[in-house]
Amino acid sequence: MTETSPASLLTTHVNRGVASDVSHGVSATTIALHRFMLWVKSPRPYLMLIGFAGFIGFWYLSVEVWKLPRFSEMPGPTQVFREWFSRDPTYGTSIFTPEYYMHIWVSTRRITIAFSLATVIGVPLGLFLGWSERFKQYVFPVFELLRPVPPLAWVPLAIVMFKGSETPVIFLTFLASFYATALNTMLGVQSIDVSYIRAANCLGASRWQVFRHVIVPGSMPFIFTGLQISVGVAWFSLVAGEMVSGQYGLGYLINTSYTMVRYPTIIIGMITLGIVGYITSAGVRLVGDYLMQWRTRELALGGDR
Amino acid sequence: MSVQPAPSRGFPPAAAQSRTGGVQINDVVKIYGTSDTGVLAVDHCTFDVQPGKITVVVGPSGCGKTTLLNAIAGFHSISSGSIYLDDELLCGPSRLKAQPGPDRIVVFQNGALFPWKTNIENVTFGPVMQGQLSRAEAYEKARDMMADAGLRDIEHNYPGEISSGVRRRVEIVRALMNDPKILLLDEPYRALDSLTKSVMHEALLEIFYKTHVSIFFITHDLEEAIFLGHRVVIMTTRPCRPKKILDIDIPHPRDYSVLTTRRFREFMDETSAAVHEEAIKAFAAGEKER
Repeated sequence: MTETSPASLLTTHVNRGVASDVSHGVSATTIALHRFMLWVKSPRPYLMLIGFAGFIGFWYLSVEVWKLPRFSEMPGPTQVFREWFSRDPTYGTSIFTPEYYMHIWVSTRRITIAFSLATVIGVPLGLFLGWSERFKQYVFPVFELLRPVPPLAWVPLAIVMFKGSETPVIFLTFLASFYATALNTMLGVQSIDVSYIRAANCLGASRWQVFRHVIVPGSMPFIFTGLQISVGVAWFSLVAGEMVSGQYGLGYLINTSYTMVRYPTIIIGMITLGIVGYITSAGVRLVGDYLMQWRTRELALGGDR
Repeated sequence: MSVQPAPSRGFPPAAAQSRTGGVQINDVVKIYGTSDTGVLAVDHCTFDVQPGKITVVVGPSGCGKTTLLNAIAGFHSISSGSIYLDDELLCGPSRLKAQPGPDRIVVFQNGALFPWKTNIENVTFGPVMQGQLSRAEAYEKARDMMADAGLRDIEHNYPGEISSGVRRRVEIVRALMNDPKILLLDEPYRALDSLTKSVMHEALLEIFYKTHVSIFFITHDLEEAIFLGHRVVIMTTRPCRPKKILDIDIPHPRDYSVLTTRRFREFMDETSAAVHEEAIKAFAAGEKER
């Protein structure tokens, strides 16, 4: 009963919103707000809190109460949170030290640059790979051969090729991200039902118009799936890159804290990575929802197709 | 009984124009793959689609009737023979694949409204892409036509938000926006339940009576064929060739009361044995959709 009523509520709401609102922007915001309200009313946020409590509880019990042998070197949650929120942190990093934000800022900037590059290059490449069979035959084998090479294997070349400490890290971050984006975009183009292309041909669209009005929007759902994976793997390889070279950044923070035996700071770095990483992929999802309102609304209606 | 189309603002008074949209299918053969190892899908098929009439092609699934429609639409080449639209060659020995164009618009089996465009963007797609009308003109024409087809208040909805029956109607309006010579309907109501189907049939006939656009309709449903068609072409299964061509003399305009008349039953009796025979053959061959 609690399952069906929010769904039907949403349906009527969406229908009303669509009929009365001329602007799509307005109804998109209302849908987002409405979803949030439903989420608060549903049991989900409370289950989520229980999940977190369970996780932190296990950490607390295993380290601080039971003192399990494997966890002997591990800082407990009390120590970590005290350090994290301390005005005068023992190991030099907390939410009150400017350095902490410097690390976050540097990592975020690297991610932004690398992810933007990967998107700007990866999406068009993927579109053309999917659109032109000939182009794919030239490029795809090389692409498939390079793709399994892990970013870490590129470290020496990246350092040799690019001067300074910043560009190699951005290059490494870019790589994995780029593969994910290009590949998903290509799959997106290939997933488009041929009927749509035929319909556009029937209606007199030129080749370019088909590309612009069918291929690009039709592959959008896959492109955004790709971008979400892409931003995830970007963090993955960023941290690897920052551990190898670079100054500042959350990966650098974790790595130096390890060599300098500042264990609580390692955990602070890890938790921060989790939070910032989550925010970036939520951001990508939001942009996707905004650009694909047709899909958001369809899903809101239970996807009658 | 002659039909006087009601004057309407949305649809062009096509009845006043000379009737166009006749298709001549002459000795068309389609072989998938090479000529010696390939599969013969259409075998020396010859029949006419009359201008300003509804021609329904009936055959079991996978018999090759969609192949014929794809040849007319220009999605596939033919192997030999020729197809003319109003004495203009679409495809023939000199050019085996027709060029798709807005004079022959297909309404697809599963529907092909672009889900990422609103209904009115879909409806105006043809004229806007071709540069025939400005956006504003196209929107105005679309609003009139949609209102005429009973499609109000869904302009700014996406196709995913409306029922599948309404989607089919929007798709037909999208086609009619281009003043096509012929509509090619590929089992458009296959996925609908029988109640929705009957509503769709009457809606289609209503649009036909207003526009008198030629319709080439493919189905495997014999009742649907006889109810809608001026002419019903029953196809053999794989390879596909006309087995029986019937002119249905039940007067138009028709509505659902026709289904219970004696004449309708007579047509059903006359044809169901032929269709059933082909269905058995198709079943034996294994249903395979091309």
